[in-house]
Parts: sequence; structure tokens; C-alpha cells
Amino acid sequence: MIRILRQIFRTGIVTEPAPKELQGIHEIGTQLQDVIWKRFSRSLTIRQVDAGSCNGCELEIHALNNAIYNCEKYGIHFTASPRFADLLLVTGPVTHNMEIALRRTYAATPAPKLVVAVGDCGCNGGIFGESYASLGGVDKVIPVDLIIPGCPPTPTDLLLGLLKLMEKMGAGA
Amino acid sequence: MSALSKAIADALGEDARFRPGQYPESVPLCIVPRARFVETARVLKKAYALLAAEWATDETGFGIARGFGIYACYRYGSEYIVVKTEVPADDPVFPSLTKKFVAAYRFERQIESLMGLTADKHPDNRPWIKFEDWPANAWPLRKLFDASGKMPRVKGDYKWVQAVGEGVYEIPVGPVHAGIIEPGHFRFQAVGEAIINLEERLGYVHKGIEKRFESLSWTDGSRLAGRVSGDTTVAHSLTYCMALESMTQCTIPARAQWLRALFLERERIANHLGDIGAICNDVAFAFMLYQTMRLKEMLLRTNQRLFGHRLMMDRVIPGGVAADIDHQGIREILDEMNSISWEFEKLVTIFDENSSLEDRTRNTGILTPEKARDLGVVGIVARASGLNLDCRIQNPFPPYDVLDVQVPVLIAGDVHARVWVRIEEVRESIRLVREILLSLPGGEIETPVKPPLPDIAGFGAVEGWRGEIIYWLQTGPGGEVNRCMVRDPSSLCWLGLEQAIPDNIVPDFPLCNKSFNQSYSGHDL
Repeated sequence: MIRILRQIFRTGIVTEPAPKELQGIHEIGTQLQDVIWKRFSRSLTIRQVDAGSCNGCELEIHALNNAIYNCEKYGIHFTASPRFADLLLVTGPVTHNMEIALRRTYAATPAPKLVVAVGDCGCNGGIFGESYASLGGVDKVIPVDLIIPGCPPTPTDLLLGLLKLMEKMGAGA
Repeated sequence: MSALSKAIADALGEDARFRPGQYPESVPLCIVPRARFVETARVLKKAYALLAAEWATDETGFGIARGFGIYACYRYGSEYIVVKTEVPADDPVFPSLTKKFVAAYRFERQIESLMGLTADKHPDNRPWIKFEDWPANAWPLRKLFDASGKMPRVKGDYKWVQAVGEGVYEIPVGPVHAGIIEPGHFRFQAVGEAIINLEERLGYVHKGIEKRFESLSWTDGSRLAGRVSGDTTVAHSLTYCMALESMTQCTIPARAQWLRALFLERERIANHLGDIGAICNDVAFAFMLYQTMRLKEMLLRTNQRLFGHRLMMDRVIPGGVAADIDHQGIREILDEMNSISWEFEKLVTIFDENSSLEDRTRNTGILTPEKARDLGVVGIVARASGLNLDCRIQNPFPPYDVLDVQVPVLIAGDVHARVWVRIEEVRESIRLVREILLSLPGGEIETPVKPPLPDIAGFGAVEGWRGEIIYWLQTGPGGEVNRCMVRDPSSLCWLGLEQAIPDNIVPDFPLCNKSFNQSYSGHDL
């Protein structure tokens, strides 16, 4: 136990003080936080759906939760069920075999049913294109509010993308 | 002549025809009559070989008389052999190997589903990857299939394995899971908390990758290979490139070889770190996840800074690599290795001293050495269950031939063993990264690759972080891609998970699954 405590205290809080390359993130995060506080009663709940990705995007979405990006401190939280979600974060391309599951997940999500398509494949099918097995981008199956391109997008790209969407929401309010 | 070639030649005599045209020449191609295909498998099993992959090709592009080909790749020690049998287009049936090698079970269902060749005497004729709502005659790997359009959906049912009896109940899980993970369906039959059977159903992320290769150029193929399974991008593009380079007799510069090994080991460290943390997190020891993810993030950032991509996608290209390193970069990685190694050892001590972690991970999700061997699993799963398999040792490409790689082999086969194999491999990979950087040869990092000749084949096998990856490429009449067979370690190891689950309790499933951590995308293709 003493070793665990020592490791925790020695590690300290890695999110603060933000090193140079993290400075940007901190600003993005604070802006995001304002919108999340106003629009979503302090917490934006995300359900991630892999609709056919190569799992590269999932690695970077995971990284959002690590101690360095620590997205929870801005009120961004990943949930286990679409029924609690404000936003679906969908990676693609949408496969023929996942189309129905994705539609059902969308149907189970309450309003405002925001959808963000992540990665080049989520945007337009990427290198997998459109074929018998791949339907292409997420917008081929459900309405998409925002795309975050990249192969895969970095955690910073993901945070920036979410901020863009929040701005759009804020402008519409 | 290799031991496996000799065993076949002795048993089949004139019927075994060794055919040139498959590269590297150290991996022979032997054509046997359809009626003696199973006998060949029996002979090889007697010679202690394991089935590494089985796949089909549509060779009607060379003339209708060529029909289809069924290929089985066997491995014994450092030898590989590919055995082919020809299947005429008007009689699309081949003898099943499943009763000799369990590993063939899903390969053959997949051949039947995607190529439309019937596996004779296969114990399970349900489709695999192909879902019940696909049209019955949709065989995408056939040349006549039009892959460009959307498929209509038809009505159909999947026949699940059933369990009946007092107190038996069923838990369906997926395809959309609770965490940030890939989609797949698991169906448990349980009595109380104990699982009596697990049935996996995969195929949700089938993107038609193997068919897609056939419409891409050889260069674009390496980009696609890098996206078969994003977490293994380096190893997949590397295996593809090695198969292509062996076909074109391309010798890449020494510096490129060493840099490839550097990328491969960095990918291994990053993924193992993530896995060790995630496994601990699944037994509610979140501390470890946050610690290892921090170390992983350090590695990814260094990748971005030095090589221009966090996961090093598209850094391995046909003919070499697309990113070099200078003295400053070498210094930076050496410093990083020192600090990661120092931190990691502290975490290992904490892991090792934590009795509640040990309580949850020991004797959980056991894949016995006997089962592991029967199923032919590879990589970390195999090495935690007593099988000493590692392409870096058995089929080393430079620089592994001079690095003297040491890997742990444990026999417990439980979650604890799979964590411990990863821990030892992180240590070894840190050592390898240091050695590679200290003796990195100078020179070019890329050489041009000629287009391959028509009607030849190329084979590549590389130890990715999950285990052995195999690519087998075949050129068509015009030197284009006729077939690109991808065998991710997941194709074999998913069977292992199914066998490791019975007798465990339902809440331990996520832990067991995480300790295998197989790729859905790499399996579904």
C-alpha cells in the first residue's frame, strides 16, 4: 500500500501544471466546459459506437480518458448505454453487418441525439471506401452533426472537434 | 529439404508436386490431389506441425480450368509449408481438415461463406462472417462477384448453440458493448454465476478488406494492411511489405530493416502497457490503468515528434520505411526508455505485491497447454499456455537474427500468466529498443520495389504484439493482386477465449477477455 501511495504522490497530477504542448488543450477544455455547463447541466455524456473501425480511432478516444487529457474534468463522460447519452461518437466505416445495430443505438438515444463521425472512415469510408461490406461514412446511415477527420484523429483533434460542435450548439441557443 | 516437405514426399510419393513460384523459397508450396488433402494433414500432424492458416483462392482469372485453390499453411519450429489442392469450378467441394486440426474450424466456415466452396464433412455448416441476412449466393471473394454495390438483405436465422436444463439461463452481450471497444456478440449459458458455455459470434466489423486489396495497387495495399487492425498497424504493414518484397526479390537497406524492428518493438511496448493497465482496471485496480496509460502516452507523443504519427501508421512502406531518426532522436528515445523502464519496474513491484490482484487473476480464464496446442493459438496467448512460439526467434528477419530475443514461456495459462508474459515482454522490448538504437547501421532507408511477375505468390510472417501475423499474396495474370490473404493472430486466439471461459463466473468474463485482448477488426477483415 505504501508503494502505491508513494507512486501516486510522486506522479502527482499530470494534468497540472500543463506543459507547453498541453497549454492548447487546457484552453480548449475550459471553453468546452463553459458550453457544457450551460447547455448540458454540467455534463456531456457520450456513447461511443464502433460501427466498423480498425480500432485505431478507439485507441485515441481511450486516450481522452487518460490522466493527461483527462476529459472528465471538463464534464465529458463516457457512458455504457446509449439511453443516457447526449452524443454518439461513431467510428466507421459503417459495415453492412453493423448497420442495424447502429440504427438501433441511434433509436435508443434520447434527444438531442447529437452524432459525431470520427476518423476518415467515419467521414467517408476512408480507405475501405464503399463496397458490399462497407456502406461508407456514418452519414449514409444516421444524420451526422459534425465530422472529425484524421487517421486516426489525435485526442487534441477530438477535443477540438467537440468544442466546434458545442460552439455550434451555443450559437443555436 | 525441410522436415515437413520430406514427410509429405515420403508419404505421398509422386502425388506431392513441389511447385516453384512461391517466395521466399524457404517456404515451399506443395500441390496434392484433393483426395489426399486430409491425409497430408494427418502426415503433418504426426510430424508435430500445427495449422497456421487455411484459405481459398479463385484462380479462374488464369482460365476456367484452374478453378479454385484451397491452401493450408502449416508451421513446425522455424519451418512453414503451404499445401495446396485444386478444386474444379464445376465441383466446388473440398475435404475438411477440422477433424485433424481444430484451428481449421472457422477458416473453413469462412471459406464456405465468402468463397462458396463447401467443406465436406465439416461438423458445423453455419456461415461465419457472412450474416444470415446476406443473399445465399453472395460469395464476395469470387471473381464474378460485384463488390461495388450494396447487398440486399434477406430473411434468415442464426442457429445458436442451446443449453437446456433446470436453472440454465442465457446472457446475450453485444454487438454494441459497454466500453470503448469493438463490436462482437457473446452468448453465455450459465447456471447461477458459473458459465457453462460461451459462444462467440463475430463478423460485425467485416469491411471486405481481402476483396479491397484486389482493387488496390501494390503500394496502396500497404496502407490498407496498416488499417487491418489499428493497434497493430506497424506489424501488419510490415508483414504485407515482407511478402511483397520476397515476391519481387527486393532486398531492403539494412538501416530500414533495423528501423522496422524499432517501430515493431515500440508498438509492442505501447500496447502491452495499455493491456497491463486495462486488465488491472477490470479488477477495479484503476491506479494501474492511469499509471500505464501515462507511460503509453509518453511513447505515442515521442512517436509523433520523431516519426510524424502517434501510432506510426504508414511508416513502413514497400521497399523500406518512411521515417528516419537522427542522433538527437536516438538520444531522446534512449532517455525515454530509461525513464519508462524506471517507472515500469516500480509498477511491476506494486502489481506483484498486491494479493487481491493476484487472487482475481490467478486460476482465472485458464487455457490449458493441451487446449492451446490443439487450437494452435499463437503469440502472448500461446506463450502463457506453454507454447514456445515467436517468429522473432523462429523466423527472424534482420536484425532479430543478431539480437538474441528472449521471451518468457509460462504454463499456467491463466490471466495472471498472460499479464506476466506481457510484463516480461515489455522488459525485453525495452532492451531490444536500446540495442537497436546503439547499433543502428547507416545508409538509405528505402529502395524501389519492382512490380511482381504474374502468377507467383509471396509469404510473410511477423511477430506483432499479439502474435504471429501471416500474409500470403498471389499475383494475377497481369501481375496485379489476385488474392491477399490476411491471418491476424486473432483468427486463432478467439477460439482460445471460447475454451478458457467455461467454469468461470460471469463477472470474470471482461477480465478474461481483456487478458486475451484479441482484435475484432483483424479477425473480421
